Amino acid sequence: MCGIAGIIYRDGGGERHVGRDMTAMLQAMKHRGPDSTGYALYRPESDGYVMHVKLMESSNGHHDFDFDERLRRQRSDVEERMRALGADIADIQGPSDHAMTVTFGYDGDLKQLADYVEDVRGTEVLSLGKTLEIVKDLGDANTVAGDYGLDNFIGTHAIGHARMATESDVDIANAHPYWAYPFPDVAVVHNGQLTNYHQWKRRLERAGHRFQSECDSEIIAVYLAERMAQGDSLEESMRRSLDELDGVFTYICVTEDALGVAKDELGAKPLVLYESDDLVALASEEIAIRKVVDREIETYDPYEGAVMVWTR
Amino acid sequence: MDPVAGDAQAARATASNGARDVAGTETAREEVLFDPRGLVELDESVPNVAEIDGESAQFDAKDLTTRKINAELRRLVYEEGVKEVTILNPSARHSLGVGILTRCKVTFEGSLGYFGVGLIDGPEIQINGRVGWSVAENMMSGVVVIESNAGSLAGAALRGGDLVVKGQVGARTGIDQKGGTIIVMGDAGSMTGFMMQRGRQIICGDVGPGLGDSMYDGTIYVAGKVKALGIDCVPGEWTDADTELIDRKFRIYGLGDPPEFQKFVCGKKLYNYDSLEPSERKLVL
Repeated sequence: MCGIAGIIYRDGGGERHVGRDMTAMLQAMKHRGPDSTGYALYRPESDGYVMHVKLMESSNGHHDFDFDERLRRQRSDVEERMRALGADIADIQGPSDHAMTVTFGYDGDLKQLADYVEDVRGTEVLSLGKTLEIVKDLGDANTVAGDYGLDNFIGTHAIGHARMATESDVDIANAHPYWAYPFPDVAVVHNGQLTNYHQWKRRLERAGHRFQSECDSEIIAVYLAERMAQGDSLEESMRRSLDELDGVFTYICVTEDALGVAKDELGAKPLVLYESDDLVALASEEIAIRKVVDREIETYDPYEGAVMVWTR
Repeated sequence: MDPVAGDAQAARATASNGARDVAGTETAREEVLFDPRGLVELDESVPNVAEIDGESAQFDAKDLTTRKINAELRRLVYEEGVKEVTILNPSARHSLGVGILTRCKVTFEGSLGYFGVGLIDGPEIQINGRVGWSVAENMMSGVVVIESNAGSLAGAALRGGDLVVKGQVGARTGIDQKGGTIIVMGDAGSMTGFMMQRGRQIICGDVGPGLGDSMYDGTIYVAGKVKALGIDCVPGEWTDADTELIDRKFRIYGLGDPPEFQKFVCGKKLYNYDSLEPSERKLVL
């Protein structure tokens, strides 16, 4: 089932509590998926990069004797490898025992850096970009937002996902949103099932991409990012996906300055859209939008095969 | 009498967690409610907040949970003999106004979420806002008028009554419809009238692909463009009865002059309608 949501501020953005708004939207849709919650948040652009790293799956308090030592070693390995490739690390935060956020300056090859960090056993790079930050963990929106301090996140736009696991495990690796590894600042959330997932996964793997999960949604992000890298616009890539991806889906894709949504040809998965002069908000249910715009509003369901893109 | 309230009390069981920590001292007991139906909101007590004025009443739903809103509405129409209820601030919540089985008039001043006013028999409902998926699902009789747009599956499995949407609707409107009339003033999405078995749909705008796909019977009138017909949906022959029906419905709901419609019916080619059951075949032979 899953609940998806997106919000983009048209009034310049940059000073809005996008973390708090997205948490309110996702918490209102907790009944659509209580397994895990994920955010792709965009902060105003800065010179450096931010990398979110998952060190291991959420441990739920089950620690073996080596637990602390292993995490400490993983953290120092990640740091060491980044420095070895010339990253100028400004700050390292550890919002939870199994996650790590690194702020750094870098002018080398991003794929090489991400590959080298992921080569540390058990490590996954959740997001990497100048503006994008992906936070995902088990539990509902209030739990995740509390653990990662998202209430204070100031930003320009965001997408979020409340997951009900159907096709793959309940863990962080299979939680949305997905970053389009290794393309910076592109992320996707998806509600639905893709039926030609294995075909596309093999095709993209042959083109040199890596996939960390068994989740069908992961290929959408990489598929779109690769189309954009070949020169298509976000909207062109999304239109093409309607023909090339099979199954039922509503997905939201974000880049550093745009937010787009696409619905399959059957209109099988829900989406409610609200557009005003100062913001565009979309979600699987209107009740989520009403947590951000607390009054009677004019909304509608986009039709099957719809592709819409907003820039900030 | 509220048909649900009686067994709800019996179905609810309470359990105490009575947790003891390792040292054996008893920790504070917190009452844990257990409900085998898996309800999110266990508290179905009636809030008694409505202002009743003779046969009409009004209440604000802003700070009430879904179950309490429905409990209050049921109290008013079943126990207080109220004939007209106005509900303020429904705030797009799901499953409001469901299962009302008596004649009354209910007005929602705002939008509803999914499964609004489903499983009803008799009431006249006015929604001054938008509705989500599956509005008026399985309505037996009554009238539902929606001033704005509706989501997908509007009037799913409708069995009787009239559903009027003044805005646009999503996909699969009147899926599995078994009776009644659905009137849409705006556009409709794909697979409108999918697997329809009886009843009528009057769509004033354009419709998406797959109109009347796999329909068994019933009639669909479309004034706008049809993107594509579904399997076994064919143009039908216009009769005076069609004109009479449309004129009457437009007059009742004050929808102005009706536009010109095309009529679509089931081609009856998809299934073997004329083939006989084995027992019948024996008789013929």
